[in-house]
Amino acid sequence: MTTDASQTITRIAEIIINELKLEDVTPESFEPDLDLVDEVGIDSMDLATIALVLRDEYGIRIDEDDYPKLTTVRIIADYIDTKLAEKE
Amino acid sequence: MKTVSSLLDAHWYERYKKISRLNIRSSIYDVTDRCNLRCKGCFFFSSGEHERAAEEKDVDKWHAFVEKEMDRGVNLAILIGGEPTLCMDRIEAFYKRLPTFCATNGLIKVDRNRFPNMMVGLSLWGDTEDETILRGQDTFKVTSANYEGDSHAYYLYTITPKQLGKTEKIIQKIENVGLKVHMQLLSNDEDVNGFSWQEEELVAIREEMDGMLDAYPDTVISSKYYHQIITAGKMLGRRFGWNECPSVTISRDNRDPQPKRLTNFIRWASDLKTVHRCCTSETRDCSTCKDGAAHMSWVMVNKRAHIKTTKDLQNWIEVYEMFAKLYQFIPW
Repeated sequence: MTTDASQTITRIAEIIINELKLEDVTPESFEPDLDLVDEVGIDSMDLATIALVLRDEYGIRIDEDDYPKLTTVRIIADYIDTKLAEKE
Repeated sequence: MKTVSSLLDAHWYERYKKISRLNIRSSIYDVTDRCNLRCKGCFFFSSGEHERAAEEKDVDKWHAFVEKEMDRGVNLAILIGGEPTLCMDRIEAFYKRLPTFCATNGLIKVDRNRFPNMMVGLSLWGDTEDETILRGQDTFKVTSANYEGDSHAYYLYTITPKQLGKTEKIIQKIENVGLKVHMQLLSNDEDVNGFSWQEEELVAIREEMDGMLDAYPDTVISSKYYHQIITAGKMLGRRFGWNECPSVTISRDNRDPQPKRLTNFIRWASDLKTVHRCCTSETRDCSTCKDGAAHMSWVMVNKRAHIKTTKDLQNWIEVYEMFAKLYQFIPW
């Protein structure tokens, strides 16, 4: 994993922790492959909240149709990287 | 951080996996503005909702409307409003395309050749005496004859304060005709004398509902957590009301902060244009609303709040399973 990718993962974890007020976890200890829907209980409303913050942070738009695919922090990071690459 | 698998053993985790990805997106539809009964306490008529919109009579427009609803992501159609079975062709517009639930008084039998798998909820408001006072007749004799042994029908037993100590007789009656039953509480929208809940009655009926679930587990589709929440009007220390209700029509929902809610939920009037505020009537006091589906949904949309302790999460699973059974997403 590149440093950039690792930083993206940590930053996404930080956003999720802050927005959803998750307890007993840090951005560094957040397991990037943990299933956010099945294991953390994140729903489409939570994802919409997170998507807004990611949009502001990375300047990308996350389609609502893509929410079901964004099931882990790592998948979200890859999604953002792809979107950023498309913009370049 | 608490996660689902850290809180559940293998048995509960297996149950959780069966419901965790159902992603149910329901909306509610008034099929008609008419009914062949006029029950005291029916929110639809007592609130004047039957006069809010003129029924769309062109069945082709119903078919086109359902297509649009599917494009909106709806995957469960809940038909209420007046008496849906007065307009079978409109019901068919939904049934051909979507998992469909029809709430009915059961006086008109749904043709199982035409609607073989449609879930039917039969309203029942108590024993002969209560039914006669509130609905003008005891419907059970007709409805049980119409639906005896039907595996896609169940009774929606609305318990009134006068049913305290009498629920077992009703449950037995239902079991004897080979049907299931789900219990809910009367909201008494028309202030019928003696039919409003007092605090001590709610405590007593919770105990009685728990007892019925223990005694008739194959007949009663329910959960003790649901009983707790619907009788106390509280969940995880929060009180049910306008600020918490999940079943508010999305386009009428101006609440800030926005609570957890049903995704894109709308309750449509029968003109297919007008929307109602919520799953019951605008005239109802939300702080005393006893709507069973709204309370169930309240639990279901607050999943993350229940990922705190093993017991909380098991409670959430039981309520979700109850909902999924009632709408046939999982077997009885």
